[in-house]
Amino acid sequence: MATADGPGALSLYGRFVSQSIRATLQYRLSFVLMAVGYFITSGVEALGVWALFDRFGMLGQWSLAEVALLYGMVNVAFPISEALARGFDVFGQEFVKTGNFDRVLLRPRSTVLQLAGYEFQIHRVGRLLQGLIVLGIAMWLLPVEWTWWRIALMVFTILSGVVFFYALFIFQAAMSFWTVESLEIMNTLTYGGVETAQYPLAIYEPGFRRFFTFVVPLGCISYFPAVAILGIEDPLGSERWMQVAAPLAGYLFFAASLLAWRFGIRHYTSTGS
Amino acid sequence: MTSRTFLAIVAVRCKMLLQYRAAALAGFGTQLFWGFIKVMVFVAFYASAVVEPPMTFAQVLVYVWLGQALLALLPWNVDKEIAEQIRSGGVAYELLRPVDLYGFWFARTLAFRLAPTLLRMVPMLVFTYFMMPWVGLEDWALPAPASAASGWLFLLSALATLLLSTAVTMILHISLMWTISGEGFNRMMPGVVPLFAGLIVPLPLFPDWLQGFLYWQPFRGLADVPFRIYSGHIPADAALLEVAMQLGWSALLIGFGMALLTRARHNLVVQGG
Repeated sequence: MATADGPGALSLYGRFVSQSIRATLQYRLSFVLMAVGYFITSGVEALGVWALFDRFGMLGQWSLAEVALLYGMVNVAFPISEALARGFDVFGQEFVKTGNFDRVLLRPRSTVLQLAGYEFQIHRVGRLLQGLIVLGIAMWLLPVEWTWWRIALMVFTILSGVVFFYALFIFQAAMSFWTVESLEIMNTLTYGGVETAQYPLAIYEPGFRRFFTFVVPLGCISYFPAVAILGIEDPLGSERWMQVAAPLAGYLFFAASLLAWRFGIRHYTSTGS
Repeated sequence: MTSRTFLAIVAVRCKMLLQYRAAALAGFGTQLFWGFIKVMVFVAFYASAVVEPPMTFAQVLVYVWLGQALLALLPWNVDKEIAEQIRSGGVAYELLRPVDLYGFWFARTLAFRLAPTLLRMVPMLVFTYFMMPWVGLEDWALPAPASAASGWLFLLSALATLLLSTAVTMILHISLMWTISGEGFNRMMPGVVPLFAGLIVPLPLFPDWLQGFLYWQPFRGLADVPFRIYSGHIPADAALLEVAMQLGWSALLIGFGMALLTRARHNLVVQGG
């Protein structure tokens, strides 16, 4: 974290979250509508994948069930990040542009803790539910035996995915110290990352694959561990131990995002009004 | 409302909305990225097709790139200023104006759909049509229209799309006068519209047993119809009938929107103060 948070940081964060949930639930119908809407807007993507498999049968060597595993894992990880990282997601618009970040800087707690606790968006459960359904279907369809280590690797992959996407939101927030108008470009990595990770990395062009492995380690929290879970040979030629260790890259990426955040704060000048 | 008033409102709103160039440029980057993912996914699917798909790969390329170029034309969001007027009660001032409210909002909404589309369309078409073949990506570039006639009919159809999209956006706006159900309606549409327009998966690639249903719904006119006219998937001699259907749906939805607005005005209570 940017500065030492002292005792009680975690319980303070817990209070932020529970308060945010209680506030949302005051408008119960609104919350239900938002969750259902999000379920539908993200669910049409799953329908699209199904339609393409219905038409083409296979995606190269990949079956619908295998792609559903990739799709499910990333669609479970992403909404959790989205729910938790709202403060960073809207940072440019709601804090930098308005000058509200000055108030955050004045408070005796770290900026990261305050933004993390800004809002907990429970309506993201709409996409989460959609992802869980697809993941369930994948597990049911796949001809693999669900041993404890397979489940453990899957849970580890999803958790690393949450951390990875959280890092992207922190990077986006750090970027808003320089520009608030061009932040839409970060959607290529957040929403575009979800879109990309829904299909096997192996079908993409080499340059694109390398970018999403070594620069932005999206493949490390989806494709590579998925290959290990499926117990198949990687057409890209990675070793089994690499596939299992790959999700760790998500945590490295998170550390890098915190460095970018600290660097950004040093460049912050208030809008002054 | 006279057509002069109407055009003046459209022109003024367009001029204002054309200012947002930085956002449009970031949007261009995002959509280009999106297009590349889609193209790569289709390359992989087409490589594994066992039976011949109902669309050629070139026709899918047209679909993908025109879809990215004309994305802002789709009625998936509302004009925030109109939404705010309805929420805050500012709509009372609108009712005082010496112009018909439906016509006035329709003009604003037309500009709201048109201006961002123009801003984003030009760089996308220039890049995918002229520059991609130039940098060695000719296999992925936007193909030329199937014939000169197809090209002209596409332009005509795209104008009908603008009308249809404005009519649907108007229904979104007016539905906001019923606060809660309007919000719910506005949350569902961004999922439903792209699916039925063909932006998730080109409509001809959906299973054959769904084609009858997909044919008889208005959202097809938002993307599927103009794109397939361009690529010749809808032959030039059948295109005029398709444009007529787009216009018929537009007329129907405009009528529905007007009736809805009349009802809303009867129920409208503006708080004094």
